[in-house]
Amino acid sequence: MTRTRRLIMEYDPHLLATLRSTANQIRQESIRMIAAAGSGHPGGALSEADLLAALYFHVLKIDPQNPQWPDRDRFILSKGHACAGLYAALALRGYFPLEILATFRSFGSILQGHPDMTKTPGVDMTTGPLGNGLGAGAGMALGGRITGRSFRVFVLIGDGDAQEGCTWEASMLAGFHKLANLICLYDYNHSQVDGPTYEILSVDPVVEKWRSFNWAVREIDGHDMAQILDALSWAVEHQDSPALIVAKTLKGKGVSFMEDQAAWHGKAPNKEQAEQALRELMREDLP
Amino acid sequence: MSDRPKMMQRAAFGNALLDLGEKYPKLVVLDADISSSLYTSQFAKRFPERHINFGVAEQNMVIGAAGLATTGLIPLACTYATFATMRACEQIRSFICYAKLNVKIVCSHGGIEVGWDGPTHQATEDVAIMRAMPNMTVVVPADAVGTAALIRQVVDHTGPLYFRMGRNPTPLIYDRNQEFALGKAVQIREGRDVTLVAMGVMVSVALDAAELLAQRGVQARLLDMHTVKPLDGEALLSAAKDTCLIVTLEDHNVIGGLGAAVAEYVSANRPVPVLRIGVPDVFAESGEPSLLFHKYAMDAGSIATRVEKAFKEWSCADQTVVEPNHLSIGDE
Repeated sequence: MTRTRRLIMEYDPHLLATLRSTANQIRQESIRMIAAAGSGHPGGALSEADLLAALYFHVLKIDPQNPQWPDRDRFILSKGHACAGLYAALALRGYFPLEILATFRSFGSILQGHPDMTKTPGVDMTTGPLGNGLGAGAGMALGGRITGRSFRVFVLIGDGDAQEGCTWEASMLAGFHKLANLICLYDYNHSQVDGPTYEILSVDPVVEKWRSFNWAVREIDGHDMAQILDALSWAVEHQDSPALIVAKTLKGKGVSFMEDQAAWHGKAPNKEQAEQALRELMREDLP
Repeated sequence: MSDRPKMMQRAAFGNALLDLGEKYPKLVVLDADISSSLYTSQFAKRFPERHINFGVAEQNMVIGAAGLATTGLIPLACTYATFATMRACEQIRSFICYAKLNVKIVCSHGGIEVGWDGPTHQATEDVAIMRAMPNMTVVVPADAVGTAALIRQVVDHTGPLYFRMGRNPTPLIYDRNQEFALGKAVQIREGRDVTLVAMGVMVSVALDAAELLAQRGVQARLLDMHTVKPLDGEALLSAAKDTCLIVTLEDHNVIGGLGAAVAEYVSANRPVPVLRIGVPDVFAESGEPSLLFHKYAMDAGSIATRVEKAFKEWSCADQTVVEPNHLSIGDE
């Protein structure tokens, strides 16, 4: 199969810098939340941060003042365990005050251990058990088609989702029905609870798998903001089928001792580790 | 046993859907390759833009229904009871009940009444599973008239709901003027000795058993507890006050279903003995349903015998202690 290399559109350097900075803020808030809670999933929250920044601060048509706006774009975090990143993005975008992030996972909080659409403004679908986000997204995309609304549905999946059979049921359905209003982003960090995917259950070849399910697929560096924006605009414009963006990412991205370490999938940093992580991230944030 | 005319609940459901499709523009019907069996194919022909066949992928149908419901549509996800409640169990629990989404799970093939297909297709745990989920309403109509009347209220009801039908044509109990309300049992027969509380196809069997009991001098009240969750507590309290024995009848395991629900309710509110008649915690087998019902003492004759025996042991005049194993599973 020949692959044509697409030219990355020229993006305003200021926009890229702002989005990178937002991604960094999402990472910092995620570390603070998980450290304060004493539990949570830092690895995936750090790996998805650039994708969330691009979606919530550039792509999604949303209104934080009206989270139930019927014509809003939908976002589903299928890998619900990585919700620290989502909550940080929602707070930074104005869905609720930043101070609420400190209540993450605690009794009485609107920020549950895994996303709860009935408690958190801006959460479009309850998630957590892997493999269900894409099916829910396909349902929303079908709903948009039936109700004649033009919203788009974005679903972020991870390696665990890709190993679940339901993801493939949903992929078959979406490909068959040519759900062009459905866009999937794969946070492809090759790392799961028990170790690297290539030692446990490799999902490769990812691109060929989804293409054979009648999806349009593009691979990008999931930490390169220009590539992310370019791929998202390609996916939105693509009209013949659902689109998948395979974003190659690094679990724990931005914190040296967490990068590519499966051990940081679901472990909270202690006080010293959190301080070191924040120092590294803040250094990164300098212009 | 009964010479009442028979009609398939599924067919009544399918016919009702045609009216409901007109009345509710947001109604969408989802299938998993058995639309001909669920009689939803008529809806699919009339409203093709509001019918989605997910193929043989029940989990995807149910999670898809959750997504559809978030867009304001009213999805009915239709398949057999075993597949919906067990294969798609987590989708129902974590994405519909927990998320409080307005999805109706509509199933046929509840119970050993399925017969010939065997235990893999005979749902005998579905009501127990659905009932244990917070926010879930569980409805089990007794005949085709009840099915058509209740499905209208089901579509009008907001929130997660499980609707369970049988497979075979069942004797008609109700005339078309019968009124139904979700959560409100229908008293089909008055009696002051025992109360039979039945759901689904067992209502007709219970009616036959009540007639046999009357011939033996035992007057049975019969309640069609079509809404298993939330139970009609008022009707159960009256039964517990007026009669000294409650007998539950269900085409379902005696663990976790209607009998359990009734026993839980009366033990907490007005304890009376509860005899649970149903599938005695076994997997059945293929075969003619009437033979299976006889094997597990769920036919009218066996029921009359069991109820008469229990009534004698527990009659209100006699308060002496009776060995508890008379009421245990498989007591015949």
